[in-house]
Amino acid sequence: MNEILVIDNVTKRFGGLIANSNISFAVERGKIIGLIGPNGAGKTTLFNCISCYYSADGGKILYEGKDITRETPDGICRMGIGQTFQIVRIFREMTVLENIMIGAFLRNPGRKKAEEKASEVAALFGFSEKLDLKASSLTISEQKRLEVARAMATGPKVLLLDEMMAGLNIHEIREAIDLVLKLRESGITLILVEHVMEGVMPIADKVVVLDDGEKIAEGTPDEVVYNDRVIQAYFGDKYHAKRRKNTA
Amino acid sequence: MKKGLVILLVFFAALVIYPFIFKNPFPRHLLIMIMLYGTMGIGWNIIGGYAGQVSFGNAAFFGVGAYTTAILLSKYGINPWIGMLLGCFFSSLVAVIVGYPCFRLRGHYFAIATIAVGEIVQILFTNWEYAGAAVGIYIPILEESFFNFQFHTTKLPYYYIVLAMLAFALLVCYAVEKSRLGYYFRAIKDDPEGARSLGINIQNYKLVAFILSAILTSVCGTFYAMYVLYIHPANTIDLWLSIHLCIIALIGGLGKIFGPVIGAFIFIPLTEFTRVYLGSEGQGIDLIIYALIIILLATLRPQGLWGIFAKSSS
Ligand SMILES: Nc1ncnc2c1ncn2[C@@H]1O[C@H](COP(=O)(O)OP(=O)(O)OP(=O)(O)O)[C@@H](O)[C@H]1O
Ligand SMILES: [Mg+2]
Repeated sequence: MNEILVIDNVTKRFGGLIANSNISFAVERGKIIGLIGPNGAGKTTLFNCISCYYSADGGKILYEGKDITRETPDGICRMGIGQTFQIVRIFREMTVLENIMIGAFLRNPGRKKAEEKASEVAALFGFSEKLDLKASSLTISEQKRLEVARAMATGPKVLLLDEMMAGLNIHEIREAIDLVLKLRESGITLILVEHVMEGVMPIADKVVVLDDGEKIAEGTPDEVVYNDRVIQAYFGDKYHAKRRKNTA
Repeated sequence: MKKGLVILLVFFAALVIYPFIFKNPFPRHLLIMIMLYGTMGIGWNIIGGYAGQVSFGNAAFFGVGAYTTAILLSKYGINPWIGMLLGCFFSSLVAVIVGYPCFRLRGHYFAIATIAVGEIVQILFTNWEYAGAAVGIYIPILEESFFNFQFHTTKLPYYYIVLAMLAFALLVCYAVEKSRLGYYFRAIKDDPEGARSLGINIQNYKLVAFILSAILTSVCGTFYAMYVLYIHPANTIDLWLSIHLCIIALIGGLGKIFGPVIGAFIFIPLTEFTRVYLGSEGQGIDLIIYALIIILLATLRPQGLWGIFAKSSS
């Protein structure tokens, strides 16, 4: 079975507002999936349904063929789905090493082993020099990287990253892209939620576009950028019409 | 690290020698109370300081420990050491019954719920005829021996028993801090949602912290019952006791192994002296002094007094 994650007709409502409406797509093992869409499209909501912070009102989410729709966030982490948050949630009072250790403890209950594992992961993410710094003293881009490192220390098969590139400068986006590619190389399946396309398009194997709670396109980055509905959602009608005229 | 160990050994050596230097009852009683509250403060620190779940109900565990021992001994002649173990069991049970529903809620619900629990337990015992109601229970006088947990000619054995309890509590706390448990507790305190995302079942871990806290407090309840030989709801299950434990941990420094010991060394003498010198008129003066200490600490040294010691020894 090559589909590690299947989103099947997922619907999520907040009162009268439908944040996700019948969304379906599949995620292939070892691929990078970009989940994009303008602000308020419903990306974080779908992300939270997958990571089980919300339970979907309709539809199902299958991980390795198992229904995880009603699982808990900690439960799915133990099953092998790691995540980061749109707004950074590191342990601010702890050191960099301790932050990563909290992740490492999941598969290494002993402290010595967890510390070893955490140091390895820290090295991979370029934190070897900063192990004893308080996490809150890191820059935003480092804090985001720490969140990824921490999640990786739990030994996930799938990693969900919510707006990892938002708020980063061009140089840092470049670094983040390299990091994501490195993770894919190690066999991890990645779902990147972004509202800026630049970060995702060059590296995604598949892109799913949400707008106003609905899936409006799905395909390779090339297919998606030339999709009319996507252009309209992102750039509005004016740009849409202009492009029509140019290509005509 | 090494230096810390040396200081600790010197500290314990001093505690062992102390009764040979101070032979009067009062200074011995004072140290017994300090060590008793230090032990309970460590218990409070595990749930309140490490795991960040403020409890105003720990007196309930003190009461359950004291009452379990007293009832079993006075009604069925069951050995107080067994009473101590059963007290731990019942206290843990209370911790689970209270913690299980409350730890599913966010924020300060737990703190509020624990106030109610302490009060409910006190009301239950105040009205429970079988347990002596408001009058309480006298513990039958037995021949003095370690086995009977009673000493009449000298208070010295009580002193060493509570010293052993304090050492045990410190050891438990040390083991917690250096293991996954302690790291998880701190993670839960720092950011519960982040902790969940890393596979930590936060309700279960809070429950473990609460049970550890309950056990360390319950043991002290048993000790207290055997030490004063008369317990009643007002001297065992008082909201003030719970608040005092919180203050002791706060003074010393939250989430520091040794914090509550320092806290107890400052807090208990203050209470005892105001009680002795000011009598009942002095009631409340000690609290005014703590309030001042806490205000000073909060502004000058938010990490608690432990911060001063840690700084000067590093
Ligand atoms: N907890 C909530 N309660 C009520 N409404 C919510 C909640 N979370 C999100 N929404 C609404 O659902 C819609 C989708 O929000 P969501 O955060 O999923 O969008 P997004 O695509 O992640 O946007 P952004 O790019 O700004 O992060 C928005 O209209 C939002 O206001
Ligand atoms: Mg979002």
